[in-house]
Amino acid sequence: MEPILQFFYNLVPGLADLPLWIAATIVGAIVVVAMFTYIALFALIGIWLERKISGHMQDRLGPMEVGGWHGWAQTIADTVKLLLKEDIVPDKADKPLFRFAPILVFAAALSAFAAIPWSRSFIPANLNVGLLYILSISSLVVIGILMGGWASNNKWSLYGGMRAVAQIVSYEIPVSLSLIVAVLIAGTLDMQQIVLNQSGSILSWNVFRFFPFPFIAFFIYFIASLAEVNRTPFDLPEAESELVAGFQTEYSGMRWSFFMLAEYADMFVVAAIATTVFLGGWQAPFEFLTFIPAAFWFLGKALLIVFVQMWLRWTLPRLRVDQLMYTAWKVLTPFSFALIVFVSLWKIL
Amino acid sequence: MTGFYIVFLFLVLGMLIVAVTLLLSRLLQPRKREKDKFIPYECGIVPEGEAWIQFNNRFYVIALIFIIFDVEVLFLFPWAVVFDTMGMVAFVEMMIFIAILLVGLAYVWAKGDLNWVKPKPRLAHLAKKKGE
Repeated sequence: MEPILQFFYNLVPGLADLPLWIAATIVGAIVVVAMFTYIALFALIGIWLERKISGHMQDRLGPMEVGGWHGWAQTIADTVKLLLKEDIVPDKADKPLFRFAPILVFAAALSAFAAIPWSRSFIPANLNVGLLYILSISSLVVIGILMGGWASNNKWSLYGGMRAVAQIVSYEIPVSLSLIVAVLIAGTLDMQQIVLNQSGSILSWNVFRFFPFPFIAFFIYFIASLAEVNRTPFDLPEAESELVAGFQTEYSGMRWSFFMLAEYADMFVVAAIATTVFLGGWQAPFEFLTFIPAAFWFLGKALLIVFVQMWLRWTLPRLRVDQLMYTAWKVLTPFSFALIVFVSLWKIL
Repeated sequence: MTGFYIVFLFLVLGMLIVAVTLLLSRLLQPRKREKDKFIPYECGIVPEGEAWIQFNNRFYVIALIFIIFDVEVLFLFPWAVVFDTMGMVAFVEMMIFIAILLVGLAYVWAKGDLNWVKPKPRLAHLAKKKGE
């Protein structure tokens, strides 16, 4: 936070005369709005890109009409439509819970952005427990999904919500365990410090240190994080061919679009964690490339992972619910435990 | 503690942004009250009974296992941070801790609680194997 505060002090000299908490509130609010804008832009472009990528992978064209060039304005039109759409709360629903669920889900997804380091100086909140904070604030999404699923008073929503909770909760274990492998190497939970520990060339990134254990942990993390954000092949909670739309069946209009925004925000957050913890964060892969801004490397790596997430959607079929539990508890969890043991053994010897 | 203050701002303003956008949408959208629009969706037919029903116990077991492991992970995080300074002591102690929890995992695994559909014959089969 301090470098950002300093930046604004230089920009607006009058700000430094205000008490610290007022200045921090103003600057913090600007940062929050900036992050929200980023999420909105990311979702706008991400949804369009996903539809284009999906289209081309299936030998289709994807959206082509709106806006002229390759349908670039398709998501903007969709957003305007969603904003103007009647927002229906079913009569039998538990109304307070139904209304609060998207707010909670989105606020939790947005809050995760607070501890993500974009560059040496830009990290909204430099917490010494950054990684643990992101993990715990992202778990709030589970409560929101359960709330929405239950409050809808719809059988599909209930099934979808329950499945989502069972899935996210199960995959939280391999996610945390594989991150612990990297924390063991880094020796800190401070996101900025984790990145700084990986400075140097590509070989000092956590994936390539203590080879091959963190390398395997990275893949475990990636697989489990796909399940965390309900992406294919783990998209059972909203499996449209069997559960209509899962926990979001009864949601419409803007409320629904906040679930969608939160989903895209979460996609980026898990990619950002993978980047920060395993792939050197904002560090350049080679010494001589450091003249390119840090944010470019961070965004480049994170968006590459997001692209792989979209790519996998058209590569792998959806898992069955028993296979889902099998993968989480009987494959990923024991393997990540073994990795922790191996890495700590390596460190001790 | 500015860090945690910013986190607090993120949570509060995040909720506020959603609320404001929903309000904006509310002002712009048409609102026509029609009774059929407000019944729960059930593939186009009139919904049969309530959705708030008693639910499959499997979800409960998985939540329980999750809590055990999540607490363990919570212990592992500080351990991983201080591992370098504590060395051998930390290693041995955590191995004992992990071993105890892995016994738990093995037990749940053998009992079949990790399967989505718990097959009854599997328990009998297991008992036979142990020679009971």
